[in-house]
Formats: sequence, structure tokens, C-alpha cells
Amino acid sequence: MAAAEPGMEPKTADEFWKGLWDENPVLVQVLGMCPALAVSNTAINALAMGLATLFVLTGSNLVVSMLRSFVPKQVRIATYILVIATFVTLVDMFIQAISLDLHRALGAFISLIVVNCLILGRAEAFASRNGLGRSLLDALGMGAGFTGALLSLGAVRELLGAGSLFGLRVMPEGFEPWVVMLLPSGGFLTLAGWLLVFNAIERRRAPAALTEEAR
Amino acid sequence: MSAAGGDPVAAHVPPPSWPMLRAMVSVGLLCGLLITTAYIATRPAIERNRAEALQRAIFEVLPAARSARTFAWVEGQGFERVRVEEGEKTAAPVLHVGFDEAGGVAGVAIEAAGMGYQDVIRVLYGYSPERAAVIGMVVLESRETPGLGDRIETDPAFRANFERLDVALDSGGERIAHPIEAVKHGEKEAPWQIDGITGATISSNAIARILQESTVVWIPRIHSKLAQLDGGD
Repeated sequence: MAAAEPGMEPKTADEFWKGLWDENPVLVQVLGMCPALAVSNTAINALAMGLATLFVLTGSNLVVSMLRSFVPKQVRIATYILVIATFVTLVDMFIQAISLDLHRALGAFISLIVVNCLILGRAEAFASRNGLGRSLLDALGMGAGFTGALLSLGAVRELLGAGSLFGLRVMPEGFEPWVVMLLPSGGFLTLAGWLLVFNAIERRRAPAALTEEAR
Repeated sequence: MSAAGGDPVAAHVPPPSWPMLRAMVSVGLLCGLLITTAYIATRPAIERNRAEALQRAIFEVLPAARSARTFAWVEGQGFERVRVEEGEKTAAPVLHVGFDEAGGVAGVAIEAAGMGYQDVIRVLYGYSPERAAVIGMVVLESRETPGLGDRIETDPAFRANFERLDVALDSGGERIAHPIEAVKHGEKEAPWQIDGITGATISSNAIARILQESTVVWIPRIHSKLAQLDGGD
């Protein structure tokens, strides 16, 4: 997002809330689809990937914002990638230190956070043009929105694909798991379902907002 | 004439390189410092987790074992007891010998690796010299397809292959009489065959190949130097 025009400056708190709903990275901007589809096969994997992305996004936004007047524009992308790759390496080490099983489950997708266009996008479009406070709120909001969207995908896929939620059996004994939901095609199906729900809510909200404005 | 005025020479003046160099080097140093600090801080926990995972796996593939010791293979000499500290890498290939309550050899746990469908699969399998068979197998590392290839870890019928997989030596005692082989699901007839998984053929064949390549090397070694794998200090 570019810096707001004078007189149109959004409230500071809006920088956080926009990532959760109005500019949700997955459900509105459709960014970061690779991990969103590949690692959301269970709720715990989705939550872990969401939190890892939140950490990388927050760290890189803060550093990029701090260095924004120090880094010449010709080398800015190379610098951002270096900063993002550093935070991804840190999160990879932290996850290995916390749980090797979780690290195994997330596999190559931890390293692939480096190329998640959401993170480079926020560094280039927001953190490089805004101060520390706004960049932090932007990262927290976008990261929380990404985590929430991944969790909503992971919960549905695990529920239907394995009959459980966070590893705990939820569906009745006779339930036959839909294995397709754990495969990439199941990720696309679930994402389509959530986009349908999200857009339906947005369409209902839009006329209501216009009426409110007219008053 | 200014660059904005369209002077082609002025328009192509390269930007000063010092600020770019300064920025890249400074950011590089900062990133290096962060990574080094995190590496030093997390390394003990990571090594501890790896050692614990390996210990759990050893006792899973050797259910009768109550303690385990590590031995290294030294060419020309045989097995030598080694004490591998957390995170330490040994130059020689190692195996882990499990001992039962009476101090007898309950089995030998051996690490093996090979290419799967997506990436390298690392496994640990248990071998019983007494029964001349593989008696357990766990996957230590794999990135096989969720729901399909990863059934090498979860499919009960596939895991049952490794409850007693024949790797007996021939009469000369230097080669395995019938190397392990994979067959299509439902076509297993001999005790050295692995019943594959429909829908995960490449992954289940990879496990068979990994075990076959490892057992043809290790089993004759173990039998030739079994006396060296004792429980005494």
C-alpha cells in the first residue's frame, strides 16, 4: 500500500485491522498461495506456518523500516531478500529447537517463506515508506490475517480429511475420511469455499455500508 | 544540460557505488550476526531433540532392548565402541546395539537413507541376529506426499512387513541369501518380500531399496564380528 495522501491518513490502529479483513492477504489479495495450499492439510501445520510467517513478516518489516533511509533504491530488493532470508533462517532454527516433529511436518515450506510474495510485498510497498510503529502494526495485522486464513483452511481440511481437529478425534467412528482434502486439490477446493463465503459476506456488507454513508 | 533535459551522457551516469556498498555490507553483517547468535542459542536444544528422537526410534525398532550403545565400523578391524556426544559427527559409519535386561544383544538398530519420491528418506531399522530378520522400521525423515507417499509411515499393513523380514545369510555366511525386494500389494509370497502400497508405489519401493542396499552391507559385517558387539564396558 502506498503512503496515504495528506488529509487521508488512516488511523494508526487501522494499519492492524486492515490485514485481518479488508486487505486479508489470502482471502482478498490472494498472496502466499504456495504455503497456504500446501501446508494447510492440518490445523496445527497451518497454525505453525501462519505464526512462522507472522514472525518473519514482523522482523523484516521492522528492519526494512529502520533502514529505509539508509538503503539506496538500486539495491533495496536485494537487501530486503537478505533480511527476509535471515528471519526465515532464524524461524527454521527456532522450530527445530521447539519440535523436530513439527519441523518435519512443515518440511521445505519453512525455507520457502523467503519467496512468499506477501513478505516482500509488505517490505516494498509499506515498510520502506513508513515509520516503525505503522510498519509493526501492518506486519502484525497482515501476519494475523494470514494465520487466520491458513487456520480456517487447515481446520476444514483436517476435519474432513482426517476426522480430527488439532489431532483430536472429532468426527464419529463410522466417518470415512475424504483423503482428497489432505491433497493439494483439497486445498484448492477449501480455498474456493472460503472465498465464496468471504465474498458473500462482503456483498452483504457493501449495500449496508452505502446506506449508512447516505444517511 | 541536465539529465532531465535529455542529455544522453548525463542520463547514463551510474549511481555512486559507495552508498550501495555500505548498505549491502552493513546489512550483510547485521544478518550474519543475527544468524550466528540464533545458531549458538538454539544448537543445544536442536541437538538434544535429535538425540532424543534417535533414542526413541532405537527402542521402537528394538522393543526388547532396555539400553543401547553405539559402535563404529572400522575397516580391517571391525566394531569399536564409541561414545557419541550430542551433536557430534563420527567419521566412521555407526550402528546402535540394544541390550535386554540380562545384558544380551536384543538387536541392532541401523540408519539408512535413499531417494524417495520427493526427497531423501532416512530410516532406522532394527535387526535381530538371533532371528536373522529385520524386526522393526521407523522413518526418521521424509517429505513424501501427504496422504499417499507418507503412508510408508502410517499404513499398518505396510508396517507389518517389518515385524519379521527375512535377511538370513547364505550357507557361506558372506551374503544375504535373498535380498529384500518389493512386490505389488497382495502379491507377497516369500518372507524377504515387502508388500507394497497401492497409490504409493514409488515410496514403498524406495523403502525396499533403501533396506536392501543397507542390509547387504551391514548384515554380513554384523555376523562376522558379532562377538565384538557385547554389552561389557
